[in-house]
Amino acid sequence: MVRGVIGVAAFLVVGEIVGRVGIVARNYLPPTSDVVLALWRMLTEQGFGTHVLSTTGNWLLGLGTAVAIGVPLGLLLGSVPMLNEVSRLIVEFLRPIPSVALIPLAVLVFGSGTEMRVFIMAFAAVWPILFNTIYGLMEVDPLAKETARSYGSSRLGVVLRVSLPSAAPFVLTGIRMAAAIALILEVTAELFGGGASGIGTVIGVAMFGSGEKDVVLAGAMMTGVIGLAANLALEYAGRRGLVWAHQEGGSR
Amino acid sequence: MTILQRPTARLRQTRLLSRSRWASFLARWAVLAGMIALWEYVTKRADDPFFPRPSVIAEVIQERWLSGPASHLFLSSNVSKDVVPSLTRVLGGWGIAAVLGITVGVAIGRSDRLHDYLAPVLHFLRAVPPPALLPVFIVLIGLGSSMQLSLIVFGVVWPVLLNAADGARSVPLTQVETARVFRVSRIRWLLGVVLPSASPKIFAGLRISLSLSLILMVISEQVGSSFGLGRTLVDAQRDFSLRGMWAVIVILGVLGYLLNAALVAVERRVLRWHLGASGQLSDTG
Repeated sequence: MVRGVIGVAAFLVVGEIVGRVGIVARNYLPPTSDVVLALWRMLTEQGFGTHVLSTTGNWLLGLGTAVAIGVPLGLLLGSVPMLNEVSRLIVEFLRPIPSVALIPLAVLVFGSGTEMRVFIMAFAAVWPILFNTIYGLMEVDPLAKETARSYGSSRLGVVLRVSLPSAAPFVLTGIRMAAAIALILEVTAELFGGGASGIGTVIGVAMFGSGEKDVVLAGAMMTGVIGLAANLALEYAGRRGLVWAHQEGGSR
Repeated sequence: MTILQRPTARLRQTRLLSRSRWASFLARWAVLAGMIALWEYVTKRADDPFFPRPSVIAEVIQERWLSGPASHLFLSSNVSKDVVPSLTRVLGGWGIAAVLGITVGVAIGRSDRLHDYLAPVLHFLRAVPPPALLPVFIVLIGLGSSMQLSLIVFGVVWPVLLNAADGARSVPLTQVETARVFRVSRIRWLLGVVLPSASPKIFAGLRISLSLSLILMVISEQVGSSFGLGRTLVDAQRDFSLRGMWAVIVILGVLGYLLNAALVAVERRVLRWHLGASGQLSDTG
């Protein structure tokens, strides 16, 4: 913990020195203090808070959509091997399509508001959740499933009461990866998809318009903080909520 | 499976297995073909300009990229303008990130001190969306291939690095102690024990990075490039050419599929010992 703080401090100091010493022009790469000041100024001003809230809200919506699609689909494909086998090729062609390439099309179809962003995020973030759910189901102890079966559980009951809890750590890992991906795409969609709200639009204005690099970096820093907080929260939730599974397979 | 099996029984089993593998191979392609046929039918019925028929998209692709002479495998000159630069950037950026990520990741994974110092910074840097840093990269490096390459490297190094660190941290204790007892040299310890033990995780990271590099390639080319698929996409967008956009999307899907298939093939070879030991690939992206 102490070392972590020292590491962060060293990182900030290096940023400060590089910015000040003049290896690169100051308006190209502003020192840490300028960026932090810019972030503070933006946070205390009226508008920026709503942009942060808009980004966070959209991002949660996108991640939620990805979970709502990925987990049930993963449970289905993971517990019916035949379906998994047969659909694999479709998945393997869809998955590598870079979702940013879908932004122009999605803008035309959905407009540049929340629907477009949620679609883009869900398209990119659903895969890690889907795959981790399927893999999690493969690791379920067959004995536990047989036992539940012989005590009269239905197939669905086994999936929900035995398979899902035991696959939960894998699912959560998938959600953590998906959270990082969705945040990147939310900001990218704001940046390139047009639209009026979000950290990405603030960055975009500073980037293509006024040219204030400290605002750009402050926006990037804010996004990084959100992503870091989400990662920590999900990690904590995994440790607290999935105590039964923490002995093995949980940390990946 | 029982331990004692008569050879004939085992032979029959592998034959059965290979037959079922063929069947599932055929089934997969049949289902894909069926989906495309359904896509064709639905888009034909809907007749929506936003959703052109796949046969139309195929025509656009054929016209733009596959209309060359037979001596060039029918690839037209547009391939060297659109596809080759993009592919070079993806593979170059991904390759650099792989080397960097594995080296630094293993170092961090084997040193608790380094890990403690750097972990928060690394997790923060990973959470910064690379597109938001695009303007910084542009002013620092200028427009051009090296900017695109650096953006890709910065964006995709984290999954490899963090996975390599994770894998290198969790070398089984028996192996650590065995190596110590036999006084294995440092290089053999790293290459012979740590790296193999971390490799399943490293490959999982490499797969995530590969799809990320496609994303970043498209982003970086949309801003600062006159060549590449990202550029082609922007041009199609400016002309409101929906067919052109769909064509780029399909090509990117095919490209991604091929790259991923190649990586999985390499992974299966390299990790064969691991597959034998645990029965399946340990993780996925």
